[in-house]
Order: sequence, then structure tokens, then C-alpha cells
Amino acid sequence: MAKIHVTTTVNGEPVEFLCEPQQSMLDVLRGPLGLTGSKEGCGSGDCGACSITLDGRLICSCLMLAVEAEGHEIGTIEGMASGDGLHPLQQKFLEMAALQCGICTPGVLIAARALLEKNPDPTETEVRFGLAGNLCRCTGYDKIVRAVLETAAEMRGAKAEMPEAVR
Amino acid sequence: MTDIRYLAPGTLDEAVGAYAAAAGAARILAGGTDLLVQMRAGVVRPGLIVDIKKIAEMTTIEETPEGGFRIGAAVSGARLAEHPRFGKVWPGVLEGINLIGSKQVQGRASPGGNLCNASPAGDSVPAMIAAGAVVTIQGPNGRRQMPVEAVPAGPGRTNLAPGEILVSFTLPPQPAGTGDAYLRMIPRTEMDIAVVGCGACITLEDGVVTQARIGLGAVAPTPLLVGPAAAALIGSRLEEAALAAAAAACSAACRPIDDKRGTIAYRTKVAGVLLRRCVAIAADRAGRA
Repeated sequence: MAKIHVTTTVNGEPVEFLCEPQQSMLDVLRGPLGLTGSKEGCGSGDCGACSITLDGRLICSCLMLAVEAEGHEIGTIEGMASGDGLHPLQQKFLEMAALQCGICTPGVLIAARALLEKNPDPTETEVRFGLAGNLCRCTGYDKIVRAVLETAAEMRGAKAEMPEAVR
Repeated sequence: MTDIRYLAPGTLDEAVGAYAAAAGAARILAGGTDLLVQMRAGVVRPGLIVDIKKIAEMTTIEETPEGGFRIGAAVSGARLAEHPRFGKVWPGVLEGINLIGSKQVQGRASPGGNLCNASPAGDSVPAMIAAGAVVTIQGPNGRRQMPVEAVPAGPGRTNLAPGEILVSFTLPPQPAGTGDAYLRMIPRTEMDIAVVGCGACITLEDGVVTQARIGLGAVAPTPLLVGPAAAALIGSRLEEAALAAAAAACSAACRPIDDKRGTIAYRTKVAGVLLRRCVAIAADRAGRA
């Protein structure tokens, strides 16, 4: 079968790949592109382990065909840290041990970032609803929720300390 | 595995042409949150996937000159939630749409897909029915319109003719004093399928109901427009007698199944309970509109 040539952007870098029409974005990320941070849990959009962003919007990469990436911007967990500096969420998850086995963590981080971008000051309930599409098989939800709330508070504080012109 | 072809046409005419020519072997791809799951499970094996998201008309939200809204069938729930006005005018419709799956699913899933997937429990459909939404459909024989409640034919089946594609929803302009709401009953707080869903749209004039539309989901093979429930409310001031009559009309309209989510008796009873709660929210919004 003829493979389809796709030109897209992944974590800000131009990327080209070949894929089968029915191949999922997750398959291509983990296979040809070697970006194995996004995990496959259920493969049916229930668990959120494969969470990525498509043009900045949170989605499940198992529910997207790879061919649909043509001309769009994909964001994965591999693009979350900038250089050696972890994203504040990543740092806080480490500090507060907001993970156990870790398989859900990349998806949780991507979803939590999407949540805080839209709502920098969420209530606990809003965090729990915002992360309802991410299942943790170790059931470590409380630490995850607390880490997201702590990060949000810290990021708001950092922003408040910045001079007006930089904000 | 048989070869699958993927097409992402830029115009509706091309999409309809390819979809009709494939004669039943094709599937429409909007958000893909149902289609990809069905393909993976082997329930459907399309020969052709027609991605409609490159067609401007199917991905646009616009306010009509008359003061209504036109929503492309492939617009995602997340985009509707981000729209500056839609959720203010139609909070109930947005509530229904935003109950479809997780935030991740919201990033892709569309009201068009929710309707065409034809689940009796689709959350956006009762709210769309209550809103009086009309859908535009295009097929090999041109365009036509039908009320949203006429689209589902039964679980997993629609009244779209072969080759026809759902293009958009048109929500009518609202008279002053109109409010809508959607509520569903689920045994948990999030990420579940409705046991019963109820949409209500109410117009009040000096406290008297002048217009009402009620939609019910998950209580029959298709979502229902419940005319007798609306009739019981119109002309009333939402007194107990009117609410009791409307609740009874909702229960009477139910033809549910018994399954693990709820029994026939439970769904029938809850339909009336949700009617009361949903009308109260819609009326409160109408009073402030």
C-alpha cells in the first residue's frame, strides 16, 4: 500500500514522515519519530496516557490519524521542558512525588499544562474535572491534584513578582 | 487487511462526490473519537475515510444575520466552549456538548459526530432538540434541511440518505426572556454515559411561559422531542400543577431499555425528575435574559 507523506511540526521543529492511512498519531510518534514519552494505555480515548496538543488544544493521540497532522502543530511531553529546565509542573511532580509507576505521568502533565494555560487559578474541583480524562492505575490522584494546585500557586506568584512590562 | 484510502477534500462537493461514489464503504471523519475506536475494535472497516475538517463551512461558527448561530458539523466542543458568545446565548446546548467525554475528547469531538453516531444517549442531542436546531445536509441530490430530532433513526442509524453528509446546525434567534439548560443523570460525577438526559428551552414573558421545548435522551431508541411536556408548561407560571403535568408527560414518553445503567422503571421516573430540575435552571436563565 502506498504510504502517505506528511509534513508537520512537532514541538516546534519541522518534521516529515510516511504513514499508513489508518495509523494513529500515537503509533507514528512512538514508532518512526521515536518519541516514546506519550504512552498507549487503552487505545480508545479513555485513559489519557497518550495526551498531546494539536494546535495547542489537548487531545488523545490514539484518537487522531497521523495523516491529520499535515500542516498542524503537535506538542508532546518531549517538548515540555525547555533545554535543561523542567517545566514548573514537572519540577513540582518530582518534588511532591506526584507519581508512582509513571505511565500516566506524561499525559497528566500535558493535560495539567493545558488546564493551567486556560485557568491559572483552578479550584481543586476544577483540577479534578480537568484531569478526569487521565487515569492513574496506581490511583495516586491526591498527590497529582495537590501538585497541580501547588504549581498553579507558584506560577501565579512568579508572575505577580515580574515587572509589569515583562508580564 | 484491505486497503484504506484517506481523503481530505477542500470542498463539500468533492466530499459528497467521493462519499457517495464509495457506496457505503466510506466513513466520515470529523473528530474521530467514535470512528477510530470503532475501526480499532474492528466494528467498521472503511474502504475510504473522508476527513471533512478542511472544508471551511464544516469547521466554522458564525452568528446568522437573524441573530441565530450556525455551527459547522465538525466544530469541536473545545472550540464552542472558547467562543465568546455561544455559551452565553445557549448555555444548555454548550453544557450538553461539553459533557461528551474528557477534555481530550472535547478537543476533537463534534456535535455533528455526536448526532450522526446516533447513540440514544448522546448528550448534545436533547439540548439541540430543545433549542429547535435545524440541520443542513448535503448529498448527491443537493441540500436539504431537517429538524435535529429527525436525524436519528435508531441506535447507530440515521435518516441520512446514502451519500448525504451532515453539514451544519442552525440554532434560531431567541426571543427576549429565553433560557436553556441540559442535565443528565449518571451514577458518578464525570466521564459516563447518560442514564437519562433532559434538555429544556423556555421563554418567559412577565413570568408566563410563552414558548417551551423539551428534549429527552437515553429513554428510547432515539432522543425525543416531548411536545406534550412543552404544552403542559406553555401558558403556566411554572406552578406545581404544570410541572407535575410536564414531568408526567416526560415519563409517559419514555420507551427505555433495561440495562446495567438503569432499569425501565428508574429511567421513566428520572425523566420526570430531570424535567423539573432542568426547567428550573432554564427558567432562571430566562428570567435573567
